[in-house]
Amino acid sequence: MSSKINNKMPTLMIKREADLDKDFGKRIAKLAHGEKLYGCIQCGNCSSTCPLSPYMDYTPRKIIAMVKAGFRDDVLSNRTIWLCASCYSCTVECPKGIKITDIMYALKREAILNKIYPKRFTIPAMSRSFYDTVKHNGRSNEVALLMKYYLRTNIFSALSYVGVGLKLFRTGRLVIFEKKMKRIHEFKKMLLSSEIK
Amino acid sequence: MKYLYYPGCSLKSSGRAYEESMLLVFRHLGIEIQELQDWNCCGATNYMAINEKSALSVTTRNLALAEEQGGPGEINLIAPCNACYMGLLKAKTYLESEQMLRDTVMEKLISAGLKYEGRVNVLHPLDVLVNKFGLENIKETVTKPLTNLNVVSYYGCQVVRPITIFDDVADPVTMDQIAMTLGATAVDWSMKLRCCGGSMTSTISDVGLRLNYLLLKEAKRKNADVIITACPLCQFNLECFQGKISRMYHDKINIPVMFFTQLMGLAMGLDKKALGIHRLFVQPQKV
Repeated sequence: MSSKINNKMPTLMIKREADLDKDFGKRIAKLAHGEKLYGCIQCGNCSSTCPLSPYMDYTPRKIIAMVKAGFRDDVLSNRTIWLCASCYSCTVECPKGIKITDIMYALKREAILNKIYPKRFTIPAMSRSFYDTVKHNGRSNEVALLMKYYLRTNIFSALSYVGVGLKLFRTGRLVIFEKKMKRIHEFKKMLLSSEIK
Repeated sequence: MKYLYYPGCSLKSSGRAYEESMLLVFRHLGIEIQELQDWNCCGATNYMAINEKSALSVTTRNLALAEEQGGPGEINLIAPCNACYMGLLKAKTYLESEQMLRDTVMEKLISAGLKYEGRVNVLHPLDVLVNKFGLENIKETVTKPLTNLNVVSYYGCQVVRPITIFDDVADPVTMDQIAMTLGATAVDWSMKLRCCGGSMTSTISDVGLRLNYLLLKEAKRKNADVIITACPLCQFNLECFQGKISRMYHDKINIPVMFFTQLMGLAMGLDKKALGIHRLFVQPQKV
């Protein structure tokens, strides 16, 4: 029994040097507009001001440390980065002037690009649905967006919003057919060269 | 001064009362304002999370359109939604400081038949009303002062963060100043800038609702008669989920959440329906 634990625990509990992606931090810093992430002093102001940190597996402070150290897969496949709602309080509070929100954006993009984001998690699904809606129509229609989103995730979870939906409809706030863009072809042409699947 | 304005997607649907009331109030004050033609989505927070170069091109296309439609010289573009405002302002700032990024975006704009020269000032209606038009001038138009009304101002995240050009980054006051000018009592509270969770009320609803409950609970504790806000998503989250939140936390919450422009319109004696008051889930009885 005890030998079983001993055999398993070490590989689960610690990271190996060979598992690290040494250049990960540099790449992310570049993607996030040369962010000074190596200047981080691990003070934890970001985590303490973050309204979502109680729900995160790794707090923003930990994420920065992990990025610097090269824990690529752990960071990118984790749900934490998707919990960032872009409220920018960490960016404003950081004593070293690190734009942490921009780093979170860079991490999300890297996870999407390498297809290692948590696939069944609702937040990246929402981002993808939003991206697709805007890509095709130039504007975001709330009804179209939510339909895309619920088809991607769990169509039945939409049921708990029926009450709110009806009230929105009654107050004229549920607009299904919106005015279309005239120059949509130009808009689509502009996006063509940098699309991602 | 003539202003162009960028409505953004929400102001045409769930947040349409913001557009209705803002246009009415601006016209009542004699501020000339005209909608940007053929605008597209600002990209909000989600687009940036998928593809940055596209996101910045999408955002900047609106700035280029403003230059095309606004003629020569400086263009003043009003973006009422916080996320649109910050998206546009951030794109403008980043393009100014990063040559490579600017070149990439310019190239994309050319393929869309546009060019951007950097002549656009991105403005928030709070900035225009308080700093350009002036509180004194607003005061003159108040015909029904909102006496004995406790107003809590909720600014939301992205009006002063991460870039602030018209208000304090930690303790913004412009919306409170407007409330006071209308004769109301501006209640000071600690949650002015605390995040409402954005789309999290749909994606991870328990967490999203909790964030909103914290805001509503504090507003209730401060005896707020009404919460005013400058963001369509904040307004939506705070207002539309009060029923759900009340049931979840066994705490009856019933506070009207309005756009600050609606409150202004009411104090100016403008028509309630034209201000979109009928679109609110919780009617402001005390106003």
